[in-house]
Amino acid sequence: MVGALAIILLFQLVGEILSRGMALPLPGPVLGMVFMLIGMVVSVRLRDLVRPTAQGLLAHLSLLFVPAGVGVVAHVPTLAAHGLAFVVSLVVSTCLAIVVGAAVFAAVAKMTERVPHD
Amino acid sequence: MTDPLLIWSYLASQPLLWLCATLFAYWAGDAIFRGVGRKPWANPVMIATVFLGLLLWLTGTDYESYFNGAQFVHFMLGPATVCLAVPLYSNLRALRRAALPIFAALLAGSFTAIVTTLAIAKALGADHELLATLAPKSATAPVAIGISEALGGQPTLTAALVILTGIIGAITVTPMLNALGFRDWRARGFAVGVAAHGIGTARAFQVHEQAGAFASIGMGMNAVLTAIIAPWVLSFFG
Repeated sequence: MVGALAIILLFQLVGEILSRGMALPLPGPVLGMVFMLIGMVVSVRLRDLVRPTAQGLLAHLSLLFVPAGVGVVAHVPTLAAHGLAFVVSLVVSTCLAIVVGAAVFAAVAKMTERVPHD
Repeated sequence: MTDPLLIWSYLASQPLLWLCATLFAYWAGDAIFRGVGRKPWANPVMIATVFLGLLLWLTGTDYESYFNGAQFVHFMLGPATVCLAVPLYSNLRALRRAALPIFAALLAGSFTAIVTTLAIAKALGADHELLATLAPKSATAPVAIGISEALGGQPTLTAALVILTGIIGAITVTPMLNALGFRDWRARGFAVGVAAHGIGTARAFQVHEQAGAFASIGMGMNAVLTAIIAPWVLSFFG
C-alpha cells in the first residue's frame, strides 16, 4: 500500500517535472499515466504492486472532483450575469460533442472491423 | 464551557471541518445516487457540490477557507489520474484494435465541442474574453486553465465551466446514447471522455469498466488536441 502510493506519486512527480520543464501541453498527472502504462507493459511486478491501490483510488473517482465543483459556487454571480450564453452553449455543445463522437467512433469501427470479434 | 464562537473560530481556521464536510457531502450524494437506482440525474458530484455550496453560503464561509480543508481530497486527483493506467492496461488490446475509430472520434468530438460552444455563445452575444474562456471547456481542468490564460480568457471562470461541462456530460450521456441506440461501450466511453473529461470518465466507470478505460484515453488525447486546435478555431470567431 505505502509502496504502491510512493510509486504512483513518483510517476506523477516525473510527469510534472517533464510537463513543466519542457512546457508540454499535457498536464503532469496525464504524462504520469502514460509512463505508468508503459511501465505496466514492461513489468509484471509493477502491475501487481499498483493494481489494488489503483482500484481503491478509482472506486471513488467522483469524490475527487467535489472540491473543484464547489469552486463553481464562487462564480455564480458571473454565471448568472451571462446565464443564457453559458448554459445554452455548454449544454448543447457538450451533448452534440458526445453524440458526434460516439457516432463517428461507431461508424469507423463498423468500416474497419469487418473481421468478427474473438 | 468554552464559548461556541471560540470553537467555531478554531474550526474555521483548521482543515478538519471542511475535509469532514466534503467526505460527508459526497457520502450523502453517493447514498442518494444508489438509493434512486444509480440514475444519471442523481450525479453524486452535483449533489455534494450543491450541499456544500449551501453550507458555505449559510455559514458565510469563503471558498478559500473551504479549500484549505478540501485540498487533501483535491490533491488525490493527480495520483488517481496516474492510476487510470490500470484500466487502460486491462483494455490495451481493445484500445490497439480500435486505433482508427479512436482517432476519427477524437477529431470529430473535439472539433464539435469547441466550434459549437463558440458559435452558440457568439450568437448569444459573448465577447472575445468570454469566448476565450469557453473554448477549452471540454479539456481536463489544468489544461483548460492554461489554454484560457494563453488566449486571454478568465482562467478561474474556465475552471468552473469545465466542471459544469463535466457534470452536464455525466448526466446526459446515458439517457441520450440509450435513446439513440448506441450499444458499443467503447464508443460511448470514448465520446464522453472527449466531451466531458474526468467527470465524464468517472461516470463511464460507474456504468462499465471498458467504457471507463476508453473514456480515460479520450480525456487524455483531447487534452492535447484542445491545446493545439482551440487557439486556431477561436481565431475564426474574432
